[in-house]
Amino acid sequence: MAPRSLSIITGTLLCSFVIVPLLAVWRHADASASLGPAEWAALRFTILQAFLSALLSCFLALPVARALSRTQFPGRRLVIKLMGAPFILPVIVAILGLLAVFGQNGWLNAALRSLEMGSFSIYGLHGVLLAHVFFNLPLATRLILLGWATIPQERFRLAQHLALTPSARFRLIEWPMLRVVLPSAFAVIFVICLSSFAVALTLGGGPKSTTLELAIYQAFRFELDFAKVALLGLIQLGLSLSAAILALRMAHEDQLGIGFDRPIDCEARSVIQKFHDTLAIFLALMFLGIPLLLVLANGLSNLSSLPVAVWMAALRSVLIALGATVLCLLLALCLLSRSGEVLATLGIAVSPLLLGTGLFLIARPFLNPFDISLIVTLCVNALMSLPFAVRILRPEMIKIVSNFSRLSLSLGFSYRSWVRWVVWPRLRRPLGFAAGLTAALSVGDLGVIALFGDAERATLPFKLYQLMGSYRTEQAAGCASLLLILSFSFFWIFDFWGRRNA
Amino acid sequence: MIGLNTDITKKARETGLFEPHRQDNTKLTLPIDWTDDVFLPFNYSHTAFIYNTKKVTNPPTSFDALVNSNSDLSLVIQDPRSSISGLALVLWVKAVYGDKAEKVWEKLAPKILTVTKGWSESYGLFSAGEADMVLSYTTSPAYHILAEGDLTKKAAIFPEGHYLMVELAAKVAKTDVPNLANAFMAFILTERFQNLIPEGNWSLPSALPKNKWPEGFQELSMPENVLFYSEEDAANLRKEAIEEWRRALSQ
Repeated sequence: MAPRSLSIITGTLLCSFVIVPLLAVWRHADASASLGPAEWAALRFTILQAFLSALLSCFLALPVARALSRTQFPGRRLVIKLMGAPFILPVIVAILGLLAVFGQNGWLNAALRSLEMGSFSIYGLHGVLLAHVFFNLPLATRLILLGWATIPQERFRLAQHLALTPSARFRLIEWPMLRVVLPSAFAVIFVICLSSFAVALTLGGGPKSTTLELAIYQAFRFELDFAKVALLGLIQLGLSLSAAILALRMAHEDQLGIGFDRPIDCEARSVIQKFHDTLAIFLALMFLGIPLLLVLANGLSNLSSLPVAVWMAALRSVLIALGATVLCLLLALCLLSRSGEVLATLGIAVSPLLLGTGLFLIARPFLNPFDISLIVTLCVNALMSLPFAVRILRPEMIKIVSNFSRLSLSLGFSYRSWVRWVVWPRLRRPLGFAAGLTAALSVGDLGVIALFGDAERATLPFKLYQLMGSYRTEQAAGCASLLLILSFSFFWIFDFWGRRNA
Repeated sequence: MIGLNTDITKKARETGLFEPHRQDNTKLTLPIDWTDDVFLPFNYSHTAFIYNTKKVTNPPTSFDALVNSNSDLSLVIQDPRSSISGLALVLWVKAVYGDKAEKVWEKLAPKILTVTKGWSESYGLFSAGEADMVLSYTTSPAYHILAEGDLTKKAAIFPEGHYLMVELAAKVAKTDVPNLANAFMAFILTERFQNLIPEGNWSLPSALPKNKWPEGFQELSMPENVLFYSEEDAANLRKEAIEEWRRALSQ
């Protein structure tokens, strides 16, 4: 969409926003660093849990996405929107929600006890995976669902016309699409899980579940060992970029053919298929919905008793989210190429902690870093959502270019009318989704504000942690509900805008 | 600069960013002698395991009893690598058991339900009923008593002693407003400031005799024996103590 020069400029800017803070940290290092046995163990565990989390999330998302793509039922859109919710929750809220179901006193154990079937402990590698799937299954589902939407409806009709068996249909129509979509969905989730910290530790049940991010935090907060911070950050960056590049190499971009932009309508399914689809949607809804509802219900009654400071923090969070969304979409539109997708991965490849530390060190000689803490948060939030935005927008853009560029060229469309009549109406839907995701993610992110935050510049998630830290459990629950409502409204409004008339 | 803690003051002191507070340390009412002329305590507390009297009817009466108990008590603690209170816990174990610390951690390991990044997560898990005991402070029950009228949260007091957590303030040497900074350091030791501490920070005031503490705080169970490492000792022991903890709990 964007001229080539703009892509190059954006790419360079992005690189420098990530690399310069890394160098700044490196420059403050006073000695060389090496990895001890603890760090090696952390590295191994980090890769293991990220790999398994990504694999499981994608694997489980497949039936759900497939079911959602070919089932029409009232509330289908709402279900798809709900799919964004867990992803945008602050970690501690999501954990408490999950524990309400899977914890020692949770519903699951209550049921097991009443059936005298022993008990289930969530703490361990399986707990970490459970939480990561909870966070990432919706994302994987949405990404795969978007892939399904890029298959021209005519193909399915043709398949029905030719009476293809389900397996032949899968091989000929769906597999080529999945081969493009799955590797990048896997890579995005793998990279997200690489920097997991609180989830891995809390549900992992002890220091054997240590991730690299914790080692970075330790080196920064307690040891002030900048050499180690930089080294660990580089390892994390290397892992993320390798995953992104590998995914792109695996994804063969097949030509799926041109269609008439017809929406997918309900297709004939066998009874067994219908049963499978309903079951997949039902299970996914229960798994994702119950913990969220418990969080919401827990806090709703406390909503009215929240102090003014919380509402101020909420306002700040909303403004940051809007700013981050605009910035993120502008960047994403300039990076809709193969190399752009790798570059966008940088956004989540570097630990936000490291990024924050570096920016802090850069800003310190010139101004009080605390004065720009909200701007820094905005930028980091935009950066963090960039890989998702690019992943959401790019398949649609590829389709538009391959399907309509020749036609537009032959009609002599100017750049403006090409954007106005061809790109805009088709890109609007993914744009709405990307905007909703960015805004919601930004509202829920604790991120770098934790490094610089103070009472006057607190965002809503920061306030939530402050309340929990001073025993205000009930107000914290109210705060969590507010956060959930805000995130969800953002998601809903943008998504609605994208789908209107689309 | 406010909010430092004794286990990391060595690094802070070495930066040379701070200058003496010029306050009278004899006004302090800490359970230990305080002679530091740079870092001034404004509140303190002790690490302790908190339990719910409704769930734990037979709490351990000593650290030994906790370590050797056969009951299926579950604990939730904080990671010493990411949390100040977690660090205080490994120093506490080190202070009580010395060279046997690693053995003690191995015995404690099966009782530890999980380890969290920070205090908030741990306390959240405990409040949600996930674990029987949580590593927190002797002053934690005061919040439940005064703010919620809840008398069921108690600190288990161990005769082996409890590790002291002191929070500190210091004056930045290159401040633009030295007079204001001096005035604030003096304000810390006034009764007005000290009276705000208990119910503001849910912690004990550093310069206020016990009979002036708010009700609820006076009745808290407090340890008779207080353990404390100087910043020098804490800095030297830290790496070893954390590594012992990590090895024992990683098995």
